[in-house]
Amino acid sequence: MSWMKKTALITTVASIAVVGAACGNDKGGSSSSSDLSGKIAIDGSSTVFPIMEAVGEEYSIEQPDVDVTVGVSGTGGGFKRFVVGETDLSNASREIKEEEAAEAEKNSIEYTKLALAYDGLTVAISKENTWVKEMTLDQLEKIWLDPNVKTWKDVDSSYPAEPIKFFSPGKDSGTFDFFSEKVLEKKDMRKDVQLSEDDNVLVKGVEGTKGAIGYFGYAYYAENKDKLKEVPLSAEGKNAVDPTPETIQDLSYPLSREIYTYVNNKSLKDKKQVADFVKFTNENAGDLSEEVGYIKMPQDRYDENTKAIEDAMK
Amino acid sequence: MALPEKQPVQKKFIDPAAVKKSISQRLVVNNVTKVVFLIGLLFGLVVLGILLFGVIRDGAAWLSLDFLQNAPSRRPDRAGIYPALMGSIFLMLLIIPMIFILGVGAAIYLEEYAKKGRMTSFIEVNISNLAGVPSIVFGLLGLTFFVRNMGFGSTLIAGALTLALMSLPVVIVSSQEAIRAVPQAMRHASLALGASKWQTTFKVVLPASLPGVITGIILAVSRAIGETAPLIMVGAAIFIARAPEGIFSEFTALPIQIYNWTSRPQADFQGLAAAGIIILMVILLTMNSLAIWIRNRFSKRY
Repeated sequence: MSWMKKTALITTVASIAVVGAACGNDKGGSSSSSDLSGKIAIDGSSTVFPIMEAVGEEYSIEQPDVDVTVGVSGTGGGFKRFVVGETDLSNASREIKEEEAAEAEKNSIEYTKLALAYDGLTVAISKENTWVKEMTLDQLEKIWLDPNVKTWKDVDSSYPAEPIKFFSPGKDSGTFDFFSEKVLEKKDMRKDVQLSEDDNVLVKGVEGTKGAIGYFGYAYYAENKDKLKEVPLSAEGKNAVDPTPETIQDLSYPLSREIYTYVNNKSLKDKKQVADFVKFTNENAGDLSEEVGYIKMPQDRYDENTKAIEDAMK
Repeated sequence: MALPEKQPVQKKFIDPAAVKKSISQRLVVNNVTKVVFLIGLLFGLVVLGILLFGVIRDGAAWLSLDFLQNAPSRRPDRAGIYPALMGSIFLMLLIIPMIFILGVGAAIYLEEYAKKGRMTSFIEVNISNLAGVPSIVFGLLGLTFFVRNMGFGSTLIAGALTLALMSLPVVIVSSQEAIRAVPQAMRHASLALGASKWQTTFKVVLPASLPGVITGIILAVSRAIGETAPLIMVGAAIFIARAPEGIFSEFTALPIQIYNWTSRPQADFQGLAAAGIIILMVILLTMNSLAIWIRNRFSKRY
């Protein structure tokens, strides 16, 4: 290889490196009012992620030297890392399961559960579905379990014989677990359900299929009100309730649920930045959750959290 | 002028009618295949065109200098891609030397030093097979080995090693091809002049095969930085306010950020995702053009 060509080649390779290095220059680490530093590792539910992203964003303005990282391994995946002590906080769209709690105990990980906000699991149907006005939880359970329910006529004889298509979040999601527990009483869901980890796919599926039924977090319904129809739900012996911020907050909507973050008590005690962050989260989660599509809890719930944090730090 | 009539009837060696028939058949086949191949080409191009059009339509409005410099945010108008962009560039800078040294090293050993035998071909078959292993499997390996066993945690180095492992089979195979393409005469000439095996390899074979080797590496890296699954397995964060500061920093990468934005309910985040895709595409196109340029500049000299 001639000298010139070699030089050209080296220049090329070097210029890639230089461009990378130049871009790598920090945008100027301005940190004056901050006194805390260190890392905070958070992982878990993708449902809770938008809230934690918002909290992390605000917190990094307050304490720019603290590195907050939020991952989305899912509620179950997050707990897997949490119970071995890899993370400081674990976001969850359901409560910790017995197996997971047992694992945590085995590794002597103590934790505190903090409720952050409410979400209303919304059951949605297509805009073209003109026949369903409301449903009972029992009806929902029946159609999501019984493989013999093929058309809407099987649900109620006054409905047309439009085939039903089912859309559900994937089995690793806390949303699936919640639905399975609350509606299906932990029985196995029918097999012909289209599962997707991406809630926008579910929205698209329900939107485009006349006989579709699906469920997802309230935020996905709220953003797509013009494309979907929600189904008012009634628990046994009660009137059907529409999912709205009010009904979700006062828990009159039957599929109202809390979403949580679990804090490792040891991190809370030993790492100043974690304690500070958790308090910051508790103070701001309500307002920030509204901004990203969830529903604020009443103030006394956040006060309960404050007390739980103080107890854990003793 | 009466001669023509007296001409004897020539025996027909070629029957024009039969030829015509057969030719027209061949022409039909010719045209049909041409159309089939054209459809094959257009199908890919049209789909790509639609995708590009959709992405640019949705994303162009979100592209700005702020978008490149800001951290992700809950407010779409303030959200940026800086930590993810930096994460991807750092990954690239770590992966390239790793796969260059390991990949080319392995290829040189297999082509120049290893005895051709059952063992070598067994290894080669396995390397080719590894190239077809789904990337998430490498993610699992990375999680167990680099993140947990070696204790790196979910850091840049763990992510880079995982992606490097994933790219290695492709790099080894393409480097082997390039090294094999160097004419034997070159090696013999070098050896005949008294050069040692190592001198021959380093000063004759490697420079001659470099264009092919580098093209292979750049294509492998292009694929690696577009990967989401292995990085998610390794535990790359999604929200992180800063660019990585060293190889033991937590990190995020462009495909992860894009994936996250596409799954958000608010429509504005879809626009951000599209803008992220444009950035990723620009990086990939730059890499690929570089590969083409290097290939044209340095190849075909022997």
